[in-house]
Amino acid sequence: MPGAHIRAAHSTVTETHVITTSGLTKVYRSRGREVTALDGVDLHVREGEVYGVIGQSGAGKSSLIRCVNLLERPTSGTVTVAGQDLTALAGRGPRASRELRQARSRIGMVFQHFNLLSSRTVQDNVELPLEILGKSGKERSRKALELLDLVGLADKAKAYPAQLSGGQKQRVGIARALAGDPKVLLSDEATSALDPETTRSILQLLRDLNRRLGLTVLLITHEMDVVKSICDSAALMDKGRIVESGTVGELLATPGSELAAALFPVGGDATGDDRTVLDVTFHGEAATQPVISQLSRTYNIDISILGAAIDTVGGLQIGRMRIELPGRYEDNVVPVGFLREQGLQIDVVEPAAQPSALVKEGAK
Amino acid sequence: MTWSEMQPLLEQACLETLIMVGWSTLIAVVGGLPLGVLLVLTDKGGLLQNTVVNKVVGQVVNVGRSLPFIILMVALMNFTRWITGTTIGSEAAIVPLAIGGIPFFARLVETAVREVDGGLVEAVQAMGGNTWTVVRKVLVPEALPSLIASTTTTIIALIGYSAMAGTVGGGGLGDLAVRYGYNRFETGLMWVTVAILAVAISLIQFAGDYAARALHRRGGRSGAAPKLRLLKAKEPAAADVGKVA
Repeated sequence: MPGAHIRAAHSTVTETHVITTSGLTKVYRSRGREVTALDGVDLHVREGEVYGVIGQSGAGKSSLIRCVNLLERPTSGTVTVAGQDLTALAGRGPRASRELRQARSRIGMVFQHFNLLSSRTVQDNVELPLEILGKSGKERSRKALELLDLVGLADKAKAYPAQLSGGQKQRVGIARALAGDPKVLLSDEATSALDPETTRSILQLLRDLNRRLGLTVLLITHEMDVVKSICDSAALMDKGRIVESGTVGELLATPGSELAAALFPVGGDATGDDRTVLDVTFHGEAATQPVISQLSRTYNIDISILGAAIDTVGGLQIGRMRIELPGRYEDNVVPVGFLREQGLQIDVVEPAAQPSALVKEGAK
Repeated sequence: MTWSEMQPLLEQACLETLIMVGWSTLIAVVGGLPLGVLLVLTDKGGLLQNTVVNKVVGQVVNVGRSLPFIILMVALMNFTRWITGTTIGSEAAIVPLAIGGIPFFARLVETAVREVDGGLVEAVQAMGGNTWTVVRKVLVPEALPSLIASTTTTIIALIGYSAMAGTVGGGGLGDLAVRYGYNRFETGLMWVTVAILAVAISLIQFAGDYAARALHRRGGRSGAAPKLRLLKAKEPAAADVGKVA
């Protein structure tokens, strides 16, 4: 809230897990056919972080986020949010128990298509969760105006959603999601219906809220840029399973990580047959060392740079470079060892490496 | 027949039609709205999915709606007598009119409610709302423009039915037109009733459309109201650059 104490300006991440799913499985049955949307998903989201789940459509992201607040009942497995086992609260039958509904009111959710009520003004939309919580009219309007101010829409309180742009609608959606003072915000492709510029401003807002309120954000997306610009941690989903997961730093430090490669692609092909192509990733201390010129001088080899980029991923300064050394890999074992000793992460690029599905998706 | 002779007859008939249609519409709306909502909720994938209830209610509504009104009226004679103590007069006509109107309106409600975006229901569930909250805060308010249009259609249908009810002792404008226009060749009076009905129906339709459109414009789901504005270039929506809190 404005005026409320602002926590540490950078990271609010702690080691406590605020969302945990274990062995989460969701099978849809229709006309005798079974479709497994989630296949044993273990997810650990730490308190105060922005966690992105990325994958292509049909990977199960949407089912996953809906299982977190039990809008979808998992077929098996458990979901724990803020220490509360939601799967145990669910009760039998398809209807949500009172306890589950109370738990849901403490989990905010924003949607791809905003899902604002067209018959209500912006302010009344934000008040809706407070009505459900049984707050008094005075308290509702105070809180709603405060939240609209927080998302920068104080002047639109009396407007109807139809009079707003997409980005403004999503701001209202975010304000509404925050009405119940949630610790956790679920974002279901919140920026997928927005243009790139508006996407950036909405992501900025989410990041800002994450830092100012210590809000844990679990978001699903199919856009690599979303993960790149705001996520502390990420998971890659494919066919209902989590293929890779970890903090952005961990992912980048994982040799051969598909997510890291997609988050931070470097291009460039070998110029000839007798060449060794390496992807060098710098972060932290190593980024400040003049390793390439040291390598060149120490081993007296010519190094060509095929591609390079420096970027900020999840608040981390990362450099990545694709370099080419003369000779085959067998001839370059020593220089590669030298680079590894310098604390750099080295991935040897296979000559005819097929770009993964994810990278292709990102390139479109 | 002079106007001074016609006037009291017309006044009386208008009043009777108003009573029949007014009360039966009220009952049809009060009875049809929950039935229509129930049909949506109990349908497959609905919040209260219940195949048995859905099939039974659906079947009752179908039969009630497809039965020719004149047959329904005759079939309900004993029931009408049980309720009002008579089968003659405007009050008695209200019973079959209302019973014919309920399923008619229920089907229209069902269609209107079904068009409400499922995402809104999901949003309210995610806030911790129960089924009753969903009905009260989402389904009915969001379907309101369509529900008003449905009410207009129902009123007009009931005016038609009321003319039929009139001929078997219900009174009203239909009765007047048949008794004087058909039986006594008073074509003048008949045409006056035709004119009154035409004007009344137009006015009701106009008022209903106006109300529905006003609500719709407010809610502004795109694609409906603004027809004239197509010629003018649409102004871009306010940019929300640099609005980060």
